[in-house]
Amino acid sequence: MMVGSKSSSEASRLVTPTMLVLWLVLATVPLWITRIGLYPYLGIEILIWSLYALAFNLVLGTAGLPSFGHGAYFGIGAYAFGLCQFDIVANLWICLVAAALAAGLAGALVALFISHRRGIYYAFMTIAFGQIFWTLAIKSHRITGGEDGLLKIKRLPADFGLVSFDLTDNVAFYYFVLAAFAVGVAALWRLVHSPYGRVVAAMRQSETRAAHLGYNVWLYKASIFALSAAVSGFAGGLFAMAQLAAFPDVMSLHQSGYVVMMTLVGGGLVSFWGPVIGVFLFLTARDVIGALTNAWMLYFGLLFIAIVLFRPEGIAGAISAALQQHSLNALRQRGTSAMRLLVGGGR
Amino acid sequence: MSMLEAAGVHVRFGDRVVLESVDLAVAEGEFHGVMGPNGAGKTTFFNVLTGRVKPSRGKVRLGGEDVTGLSPHRIAAKGIARSFQIMTLFDEFSARDNVMMGLPEFRARGLDVVHAVAGDRRFAEQASEALAAVGLVEKGDVRAKDLSYGDRRALEIAVALAQAPRVLCLDEPTSGLGSDGVQRLAALIARLKGKLTIVAIEHDMEFLFSLADRISVIHWGQVVARGTPHELQQNDWVRRSNLGKFA
Ligand SMILES: Nc1ncnc2c1ncn2[C@@H]1O[C@H](COP(=O)(O)OP(=O)(O)OP(=O)(O)O)[C@@H](O)[C@H]1O
Ligand SMILES: [Mg+2]
Repeated sequence: MMVGSKSSSEASRLVTPTMLVLWLVLATVPLWITRIGLYPYLGIEILIWSLYALAFNLVLGTAGLPSFGHGAYFGIGAYAFGLCQFDIVANLWICLVAAALAAGLAGALVALFISHRRGIYYAFMTIAFGQIFWTLAIKSHRITGGEDGLLKIKRLPADFGLVSFDLTDNVAFYYFVLAAFAVGVAALWRLVHSPYGRVVAAMRQSETRAAHLGYNVWLYKASIFALSAAVSGFAGGLFAMAQLAAFPDVMSLHQSGYVVMMTLVGGGLVSFWGPVIGVFLFLTARDVIGALTNAWMLYFGLLFIAIVLFRPEGIAGAISAALQQHSLNALRQRGTSAMRLLVGGGR
Repeated sequence: MSMLEAAGVHVRFGDRVVLESVDLAVAEGEFHGVMGPNGAGKTTFFNVLTGRVKPSRGKVRLGGEDVTGLSPHRIAAKGIARSFQIMTLFDEFSARDNVMMGLPEFRARGLDVVHAVAGDRRFAEQASEALAAVGLVEKGDVRAKDLSYGDRRALEIAVALAQAPRVLCLDEPTSGLGSDGVQRLAALIARLKGKLTIVAIEHDMEFLFSLADRISVIHWGQVVARGTPHELQQNDWVRRSNLGKFA
């Protein structure tokens, strides 16, 4: 959707030949990833962070709201998943729902306070709330394990009644995460292309206009934030399974910045898939360049600066232009105005 | 009973009183012009009618119902549509999608998170109707920001028409339009006249005097003159001020 609406019918198809190839590649990752010197766990991480970044981009890209403390919801999901299996019931489905629910509630609570804001005020408030949750995670030692983290989280079996899959092995878990990712992507895709998603995208361009057309801007802003937090929390639950633990560091301002960088570098402002591209690049760069030099973050940081300043359409924009789906100029304009709205606050 | 009624509307920003006490009553189907010098508070008055500004005193009624101080989305849903002096469109959306956002049927589906917008013919058809009314039907797929200035003005009106409003408030609809554009707009208003209740702020006196049923002049925070175009041309105040220079 996020690209011009001339192509809205073509752009609103999730299943395209390119996509089928990409899904096929994803489905075969465990078969070849070790041969290129990497490992299935990286695939798991990429998928989980991709889902998180896609959820984050509901707020940043679709709604045009700068949330710089989103790690909080990812982290809350991780803790909720662990606490659910320890204290409530060790059932995968229930604990994943608990992860989404806890993060969604936290997001809804924050949304109550910030949804009348935009631009830099909004950004500051999201940072402040993010820091509050992060501090709570560190200080509530008895609940969260403090800085040591909440350890011994189990990868609960995926129980389908008749069959049950053990997920302790990384390859099995990869396929489980891939399935969750596919479901998440389909849901987010629908959301973004639904009337609701359209209203949120309209509101990004002009809150004033949207309000005078009869849309309750506050409600849309608050609900998209809570939804985004819930899906981030769901991804956080998966992350707790992946790491077999939940740590406070994903909730830090520092790591909340990662998801912003990933999303912007990938091109989340102009493309649904932008965040996924960004996550892929970030995490492979971390492992590949990171193996060669400690300064990989420096390079990624420079890339980030270059994108913000000169290529706001991100990598997804460049790809889309190269495939001649859209003109580079139009995408760059879009990216630039989206970037401006994020900081300036818009109309 | 008036379709739209404002009584004793008083607005101050800080200690600056912008509207002292404005009264206005617009009958159903009437085209009511509003004029006044720059900074007189005309836009502010529209902002009160449409919920952007809450008056510190006074009442606004729509079809007899008190809507004073309701938020913009509530008032819009009750049937007051507006255009803006400084154009406000969804720039990234196509003209058709801009109009679609105005449809009450679309608004009613606003919390639908499941169905695809793109597949819905009904919305597209209704939107095309509103576009046709302002002569933009061929440009339905063009992004709003890529339209010419005149077409953007027309699109603003199409969006407002799509809302199927009970009252349409236009803030300087001719501003920036060439004479062709003004004529197109005049023809459109002439077609809508009688079917829709319209309040229009306008500096183009020729436009206003030829179309309006009645005109109110806002100055010094109140309505200083009101009447049919013919009556206003006789009005001393209007004659003396440069507003009436063409009369
Ligand atoms: N939100 C606001 N805060 C403070 N002052 C305001 C605000 N809105 C309008 N004003 C002031 O109120 C006065 C009236 O402004 P308004 O825009 O209503 O005038 P207008 O009659 O529409 O003028 P114009 O013909 O130039 O459009 C101006 O002096 C303006 O500066
Ligand atoms: Mg004005």
